[in-house]
Amino acid sequence: MEKQHNWPLWEIFIRSKQGLDHKHVGSLHAADAAMAIENARDVYTRRMEGVSIWVVESRHIHASNPDEASSFYDPANDKVYRHPTFYDLPDELKHM
Amino acid sequence: MTTQHTIDYALHLADNALVLGHRNSEWTGHGPILEQDIALSNIALDLIGQARYFYQYAARLMNAAARPGEPEVTEDVLAYLRDSWDFRNCLLVEQANGDWGKTILRQFFFSAYQYYFYKELQRSRDGELSAIAEKALKEVTYHLRWSSEWVIRLGDGTEESHSRMRKALDELWMYTGELFQPADYERSLIPVGVAVDLAEIRPLWEERVREVLKEAKLVHPGSMRADGKATKEWMQGGGKQGRHTEQLGYLLAEMQFLQRAYPACEW
Repeated sequence: MEKQHNWPLWEIFIRSKQGLDHKHVGSLHAADAAMAIENARDVYTRRMEGVSIWVVESRHIHASNPDEASSFYDPANDKVYRHPTFYDLPDELKHM
Repeated sequence: MTTQHTIDYALHLADNALVLGHRNSEWTGHGPILEQDIALSNIALDLIGQARYFYQYAARLMNAAARPGEPEVTEDVLAYLRDSWDFRNCLLVEQANGDWGKTILRQFFFSAYQYYFYKELQRSRDGELSAIAEKALKEVTYHLRWSSEWVIRLGDGTEESHSRMRKALDELWMYTGELFQPADYERSLIPVGVAVDLAEIRPLWEERVREVLKEAKLVHPGSMRADGKATKEWMQGGGKQGRHTEQLGYLLAEMQFLQRAYPACEW
């Protein structure tokens, strides 16, 4: 394979507005972080989508294993007491 | 200073932007990597947008000065129905793309020029020109950053990329002098504060180019003389007066074909 195809992959996070969180929008190739930010600007903010960009090289992201989903997440299913639903709330309180 | 001078000046600025925008658009679908294909296409669109503003302004001035019964001038008429000798762009922007390195270097030379040029044009007494400059400057600031980084990346990259950049320097340097040679229409607009005084921005451009070439480990063409003295270099010129290299004819043939073959065609 030619070298140009071996640029590492980067995950791109864009903050769409002041005060909001950065959200994952996709990935792209770049030779280094500076180029990744510029590429992200050109690929993902062409239509006014963002005010801030984060880039992380994909190899630095460690993900949970989907095969372990049942042991990871199911045990939380029947633990209703972990939700704050057992408080008596005064009637005046709305939106809780 | 006459209206004709302002029209010529607006056309010169429009032609610069359109021709380079078109050259860059030739890379669309052929970029070395998807992300850079998009980056250069974005720059092409920015430049063509700038060209439109200048053409629209020129067309308004031309229509206002037209005699009754003369056909209306539009931005499309100016872009598609003038011939090579009517175009007033600098020779630098019409040069063929060559390889990625040559395209990058051409963009860097011109973006550095446009950056300092638009900064000054923002202060033009002509409100229309200053407004266009203000909008365009934001775009050009990014073009300059992008192209500078690429010049450094390639110049200070592999042996192969370095030698290609040296070749590009050899091929393009002779077209940079024209950027700072005022045409007759410019000369009459400078004292009245409408046109940019090119002598003022030249040292800024030279400084920026020297910095970037140094960081890119490229030998500055102006410093290659053995005695180290700044003797007079021979530079190409004539584009601003409509005397072009053969490159422009090929570009226009492709860009204008559709409107020439199918007049007023829309799609």
